[in-house]
Amino acid sequence: MDRTALRLYFELAKRQFQRQLAFRTANLAGLVTNAFFGYIRATVFIVAFRSQGTIAGYSAADAVTYAWVTQALIMVVHLWGWYEVERTIRTGDVVSDLSKPFSYLGFWLAKDAGRAAYFVLFRGLPVLALGQVMFGLRWPSSPLVWVAFAASLTLAVVVSFAWRFLLNLTAFWTTDARGINQLAAAVVLFLSGFVMPIRLFPDWLRGAVLALPFAGMTQIPCDVFLERLDGADLAGALGLQAFWAVAFLLAAQVVVVLATRRVVTQGG
Amino acid sequence: MALIEVENLHKTFRVARHHRGALGAIRSLVDRQYFDVHAVDGISFSIERGEMLGCLGPNGAGKSTTIKMLTGILVPSSGRIEVLGFEPYRRRKDVVRHIGVVFGQRTQLWWDLPLIESLDLLRYVYRVPAGRYEENLHAFRRLLDLDPFLNSPVRQLSLGQRMRGDLAAALLHDPSVLYLDEPTIGLDVVAKHRMRDFLRTLNRERGVTVLLTTHDMADVEQLCARLLIIDHGKLIYDGSLEAIRDRFGTERTLVVDLDEQNGAVNGPLDVPHAREIRADGPRRWLSFNRADTTAAELIAHVAARYRLRDLTIEEPEIEAIIRRIYEDSSGISSQTL
Ligand SMILES: Nc1ncnc2c1ncn2[C@@H]1O[C@H](COP(=O)(O)OP(=O)(O)OP(=O)(O)O)[C@@H](O)[C@H]1O
Ligand SMILES: [Mg+2]
Repeated sequence: MDRTALRLYFELAKRQFQRQLAFRTANLAGLVTNAFFGYIRATVFIVAFRSQGTIAGYSAADAVTYAWVTQALIMVVHLWGWYEVERTIRTGDVVSDLSKPFSYLGFWLAKDAGRAAYFVLFRGLPVLALGQVMFGLRWPSSPLVWVAFAASLTLAVVVSFAWRFLLNLTAFWTTDARGINQLAAAVVLFLSGFVMPIRLFPDWLRGAVLALPFAGMTQIPCDVFLERLDGADLAGALGLQAFWAVAFLLAAQVVVVLATRRVVTQGG
Repeated sequence: MALIEVENLHKTFRVARHHRGALGAIRSLVDRQYFDVHAVDGISFSIERGEMLGCLGPNGAGKSTTIKMLTGILVPSSGRIEVLGFEPYRRRKDVVRHIGVVFGQRTQLWWDLPLIESLDLLRYVYRVPAGRYEENLHAFRRLLDLDPFLNSPVRQLSLGQRMRGDLAAALLHDPSVLYLDEPTIGLDVVAKHRMRDFLRTLNRERGVTVLLTTHDMADVEQLCARLLIIDHGKLIYDGSLEAIRDRFGTERTLVVDLDEQNGAVNGPLDVPHAREIRADGPRRWLSFNRADTTAAELIAHVAARYRLRDLTIEEPEIEAIIRRIYEDSSGISSQTL
């Protein structure tokens, strides 16, 4: 990719970031909601851990932090409720994106990067700050952990984006793409480790779920944050995320080619 | 070679037939039935560099579908298209670099951002050299009078303002071809007038080839030397507006005001080769065909039999002619026209 292409994707990301700035009140409302559920989930974990001490290697403090980090990542990774591409296909506005000399996948990936960057700053960090004030969190102990976390989070966003993008693209074939998205969201909620850490899953299920792409959307970045992974484990986890990111992006590109070969856009 | 060549173009949509009701939804899942919509049904034409064409046709005729195929965002079912020597759907990125498109009922502008942000982005999308971009932006700011709302979020713009923004957006990369799908839809008379002025300037001074679809006859009358009429996916007319008037507008109307001081004339006027189609007191409308008689002959006949105060001749409105063509075309193929 040459410099002018990179510049284009940067400009796209920047605009999507700016765009989000227009929705201050909505973001504030979301922030309050995320923090509210962070409070409830952390409280539930504290009660559950009171008699146990540690569960699956998580202490009560780990669990509270896990709850708040997942809350902070909700809008960054955006596991559910993302219909932006679906909407343009359903309304037919997709025609202007397709009549541009850029990669349709790259166009949306860049926009999603801008969106995620916004939510890191204006949602993720404030939620973590509130968690710290209310409960006190377990923070990474070295700058290196922060670097690993940043890498893992970036990959989480890419995996999640490619997944959401694929689901949205079904709108080229069905008018019920939203239903498919909602169904998928319910599954992802559990399989990503959002509702509860995958390490707490029963033995027979755990290994398989940890290898699925969904673990890379929440569980892995959270474990990196909590320093549950180091050395080879850390490299393996990041490698798994990278593998799924590439696999999903390739799949997305194939589907884009199929979709544009038979573009059926709605309306005149 | 022509700039755009279209040969025997077809687009057929396969549409699922839905069963009705709640049970029907379930039936539709297992027992899918399809029917074909022949949106574009064997169209051929070619466009030379620098032309300005208007494309007319009733709702659902296949105009937008044709434009989408010319842009490369819709794959033809069969037939051949070449735009600037490329097949658009195979070389989408190469083709769209050289064309501008405005879909009048949509916008490519970023809804929540100031207009200028959308325009600036296009510089990177099309890799317009900085100097050229500045020049073009400057020119379009003046021609389209963008300055009053250049920094307003697009969602706050009026339809006319947004359309001007969309036009600028479609043109900043110096396309050689501009497709406009209903560019004047929803605009008031002043805005339409300005839009037409702008398109004329664009065509004349920048040599941009323009293909526009519209339902407003005045767009075609004022802008386009050449007219395409599409109906039911078929090209039923390709030629000039004058030719269409000569060919189809043979019925004219003589309107006479009778002098009834010495008593009213009862019943319809009786003159050879004309028939009274309307009467309103002393005013009578006489329809006649150019093939049967001349206006001068007819006036002489009427004046010989009745006392007249005043008279005018009404040319058929182009709109009425087109309406007749639409109404008649159902059974006619392009060969017979
Ligand atoms: N995606 C689609 N799926 C099924 N049928 C379609 C699709 N798009 C268009 N059609 C059908 O193809 C025909 C032509 O549609 P098109 O939009 O090209 O008409 P048009 O000439 O632009 O009409 P209008 O003046 O109303 O905009 C219509 O019968 C329409 O219903
Ligand atoms: Mg149309």
